Amino acid sequence: MSLPSPLILLHPDDNVAVCRAAIAAGSTVTVGGETLPVTEAIEVGHKVAVRDLKAGDKIFKYGAPIGSMTKDTPKGGHVHMHNMKSDYISSHTREASGGTHA
Amino acid sequence: MLKGYLRPDGRKGIRNVIAVAYLVECAHHVARQIVTKSGDSEVHLIGFPGCYPNDYAFKVMSAVTTHPNVGGVLLISLGCESFNRERLKAAIEASGRPCETLVIQQSGGTLSTIQKGLEAVARLQAVAAQTPVVEMAVSELVIGTICGGSDGTSGITANPAVGRAFDWFGAQGAACVFEETGELVGCETIMASRAVTPELGAELEACVQKAEAYYTVMGFGSFAPGNAEGGLTTQEEKSMGAYSKSGSAPICGILKPGDLPPTGGLYLLDVVPDGEPRFGFPNISDNAEIVELIACGAHVTLFTTGRGSVVGSAISPVIKVCANPDTYRKLSEDMDIDAGKIMEGRATLDEVGQEIIDSVLAVAGGTPTKSEAMGHQEFILTYKAFDPLGPACLPLRRA
Repeated sequence: MSLPSPLILLHPDDNVAVCRAAIAAGSTVTVGGETLPVTEAIEVGHKVAVRDLKAGDKIFKYGAPIGSMTKDTPKGGHVHMHNMKSDYISSHTREASGGTHA
Repeated sequence: MLKGYLRPDGRKGIRNVIAVAYLVECAHHVARQIVTKSGDSEVHLIGFPGCYPNDYAFKVMSAVTTHPNVGGVLLISLGCESFNRERLKAAIEASGRPCETLVIQQSGGTLSTIQKGLEAVARLQAVAAQTPVVEMAVSELVIGTICGGSDGTSGITANPAVGRAFDWFGAQGAACVFEETGELVGCETIMASRAVTPELGAELEACVQKAEAYYTVMGFGSFAPGNAEGGLTTQEEKSMGAYSKSGSAPICGILKPGDLPPTGGLYLLDVVPDGEPRFGFPNISDNAEIVELIACGAHVTLFTTGRGSVVGSAISPVIKVCANPDTYRKLSEDMDIDAGKIMEGRATLDEVGQEIIDSVLAVAGGTPTKSEAMGHQEFILTYKAFDPLGPACLPLRRA
């Protein structure tokens, strides 16, 4: 019996999977019938592309749209603030908390 | 069957707390000294820091001082603040509770007021100790839920597990309240489809649109840096996870802070102010929302966290449900329930949902939560403005 995948595909329509156990850089991971080359380390709770994504593509998680890609990202890539954005309201990070928005 | 403290207004509490309330920041130190020197963990500090009048703050203070977990109230006023202490005392006494007021400017100053306050607390405790303890049904419970420090695990483990518990409590006739419309941006359409009437559905959508407009003016969504570090990228992604705390039952109505649920079932608490944004962020931190849930009658609050929160609350206990297995290992002394084991395949959502149900029943029966046992009694109340509920917001009335 194979070990359970470190990724979960929450809904069959999703184009990202969620990491449930940390993945080392350079791993090959299988989820939802797809084999993904994971090039960078992924922490629990983060998202990985399960197919090649293009800038402008809607991202689906829980079967629901959660935003859009801002850059092309290959299958197995980390999907986060650097390549994806909200379709509603901008997110902020700690860097944004210091200067202009003090 | 649970046991509850029967209040003269017919509501039942699961705790018998004496609340010491400062009515302006200038009275905060004196009130805190009275609470600390009382040496009793059942004497809780609450208050409102502002000197200017605010109808919302008055409504919330009235609601929390007449909450069924409260057995008596001591008001600490400086003397010149705007808060209407006579009206608040009248509301507390009308609920059948003992209430005393000390005005620092008329009581000889800091040390004298602390001494008089300790004597007042002893008198209030003596009255509260006479409160009859009676049988209390699960259907008489009001349960709130909030998430704080969400991450990519929250929407997979702790939040849907709370949703399972909410479905069970709602089916028993208890009132279950979820909140933070700013964290439902992106879920408004699917949420509206669960409303018991189409008119309520339209109101639910309008609540979320109001939140989105309000947060846009603020410049930030309800999205903290820790959310991103935990793998969440967008507001709507966080929303989908937060939304799952509501379970799958029909939505019976909308409440605003200080409104009591008229029946059992599931309610959305609209915490975003009405009108033009005036007083800053709707909820400056998690405890502001917990206070509003308590103002809606919550006997206990289910707090889901991924990154890890340690807070509790004055008046009503907080049960912490930890979504992330790594966080649980780091902060287990603060966590009541380890939902992260779902992530590691060591339990199912239904099993953790059952643990949450059992925990609520134990806490309602008097077992202290982790935060309660460690003395967490956070409380924060700031300025807001609300319009009254619209006619479509509460379609169900108690028969």
